[in-house]
Amino acid sequence: MTRKNFHRPSSAHADRSGLFRRTMQNRTGSGLKGWLYLLPAMLFLSIFMVYPLMDVFIYSFEEGYNSASQTYFGVGLYNYSYVLHDPYFLQAVRNTFLLVIVTVPLSTVLALLLSTGLNAIRPLRELLQTIYFLPYVTNTLAVGLVFMILFKKTPYSDGLVNLFITCFGGQGVDFIDGPYWAKMFVLCLYTIWVVMPFKILILTSALASVNQKYYQAAKVDGASRLRIFLRITLPMISPMLFYLVITGFIGAFKAYSDVVALFGTNLNAAGMNTMVGYVYDMLYGDSGGYPSYASAAAILLFAIVLTITCINLMASRKNIPS
Amino acid sequence: MEVTLQNLTKTFPNRDRKKREDVIAVHDFNFKIPDGQLIGLLGPSGCGKSTTLHLISGLLKPTKGNIFFGTEDVTALPPEHRGIGLVFQNYALYPHLTVLQNILFPLQNLKGKDKLTKTQMLEKATAAAKLVQIEGLMARKPRELSGGQQQRVAIARALVKTPKALLLDEPLSNLDARLRLQTREEIRRIQRETGITTIFVTHDQEEAMSISDQIIVMKEGIVQQAGKPQEVYDSPSNLFVAKFLGTPPINVFDGQVKAGRLCLGDDTVLNLEGIPDQPVYVGIRPEGFVCQEDGPLRCKLNGVEVMGRDVSLVFTHKASLAPTVRAIVSAQSQTAMTHCQEAALIRFRLIPQKIFLFHKETEERIYNKEYGL
Repeated sequence: MTRKNFHRPSSAHADRSGLFRRTMQNRTGSGLKGWLYLLPAMLFLSIFMVYPLMDVFIYSFEEGYNSASQTYFGVGLYNYSYVLHDPYFLQAVRNTFLLVIVTVPLSTVLALLLSTGLNAIRPLRELLQTIYFLPYVTNTLAVGLVFMILFKKTPYSDGLVNLFITCFGGQGVDFIDGPYWAKMFVLCLYTIWVVMPFKILILTSALASVNQKYYQAAKVDGASRLRIFLRITLPMISPMLFYLVITGFIGAFKAYSDVVALFGTNLNAAGMNTMVGYVYDMLYGDSGGYPSYASAAAILLFAIVLTITCINLMASRKNIPS
Repeated sequence: MEVTLQNLTKTFPNRDRKKREDVIAVHDFNFKIPDGQLIGLLGPSGCGKSTTLHLISGLLKPTKGNIFFGTEDVTALPPEHRGIGLVFQNYALYPHLTVLQNILFPLQNLKGKDKLTKTQMLEKATAAAKLVQIEGLMARKPRELSGGQQQRVAIARALVKTPKALLLDEPLSNLDARLRLQTREEIRRIQRETGITTIFVTHDQEEAMSISDQIIVMKEGIVQQAGKPQEVYDSPSNLFVAKFLGTPPINVFDGQVKAGRLCLGDDTVLNLEGIPDQPVYVGIRPEGFVCQEDGPLRCKLNGVEVMGRDVSLVFTHKASLAPTVRAIVSAQSQTAMTHCQEAALIRFRLIPQKIFLFHKETEERIYNKEYGL
């Protein structure tokens, strides 16, 4: 496909000149030129993306690699075995998966509902769209601070949410240092809140780009609002929905800064570590200095994300009307 | 089913907020569309014809006036309860559904006692597809169809639930010339076969004249004239209608009624009785000119276009409003004209039935031989 497009101008030119040899020259010429244009991007990508990726892959098989002395003891699968038997890693995997499974569907569905609502109203639409987009331009750590005020127990206050709970006769919970479910709840809530604006932005524009004629036609055809939404709107914006789900999965698997913003840097102790957090800890954390383990964990994360993205893409191929 | 429009008016708020007055899209539309007829809503773009169609469909709510389907007042009814079929200008086929799914869509929306079983739906869809001759394309997606096929699908989708009225918005504008000719015959055939009251909107007068039982000519939201195509053509009620109908268009001259005679410039072309002296617009149909060596209308010939059956003469006359005047004469009278051609001067006799006089200010018709005042 790309190849064809690539050569179209030159072959058109050759048709006019009518010389076969000239065609061949032109073809190779424009091929070289194409590669030349691609060179800056290729260089950049291979130095900063491909090479590090290969390196990490190699490290993950080198036991006890030391970046200072550039030495290692042996080659094998020991790093993987260690990581997979490390309870902290398993905890991190559990946390990450829970986070992904809860936040990706919930945030996407919520964003879909909100943007459908936003699209349906006329007055104040711009203002509301701006308000819904604000969290996107707000610093993660600042948002984390706000969540601390809402949820954290301090010697001076129990946090706003606890204040409400006790107000209605409930038992206050320490959301930041308390039970696992409470911490997970805050983390999920936080993540959803942070990723929503982008999704709303994408979906409102996707909804706005659906031709009104289809809605009019469906109305004349006697379709109910729900049916119009399910049979017309959803299929029409499904490419954008799948895009959001795929990027949502990848983003949630790579969660780290959000967790730090809420629970601080000692995530293993809080039992709230994520896979990226585990990699970071293995490299630089208190228990750090183990690039081999970090590499193995990173490769595992990569494999998981790759698999899920492939599944997503296959599902989207099947469902998206091209 | 008879469709009655009563004092139908639609205004839109003015885009320019400084101007307070609303934009009138349709003004006081009164018309009774008889059952089973094919009606052409005709007018230049922006004349309110599409708005009228959308008012009938229920997609727009009228500012004033009422719409009746038969005896039932449907003015307040939303489009889904009116039971009409609408074909959009760009067809608005659902791109993610196949042809069959597109046609099935209106049937699947039926609820309550109208609800159909799957086999009934399939039967109806197949029947509709047969009617428009697209049975072979049921599994395709709209983008895999040509423009003409897409349009057939759109018509099938509109017809499948046997609507009380079929509304077509510029149904032929996206087709090429040959297909347009063929499709308009098709629309006529389908309308005859189903007997469904059909209203279609077009800016192409030829299209409207050729297949409509009646045409309604609109301008700036106001109905100018309604009637059988030939009647409207032969007896236009004002200068606008006269100019709008007919290809090539009518030739308009500045004329003067003097003592019972009609003068175009220095030429006295017609005897009139009972018309007071006044300046007038004179409309002469292209077929109203007859070459005659001693004819009263003297013109300078610019060119001759031979079009097979007919010959089109292009000439100038100083009383004409347009730079050139065009006449259609049959090829037989060519001999009479050849020697005139050399002299570059041509003289015509005029057919009185093809001459219309219009008032200089109101532009209403004041005279025609056949129809009088």
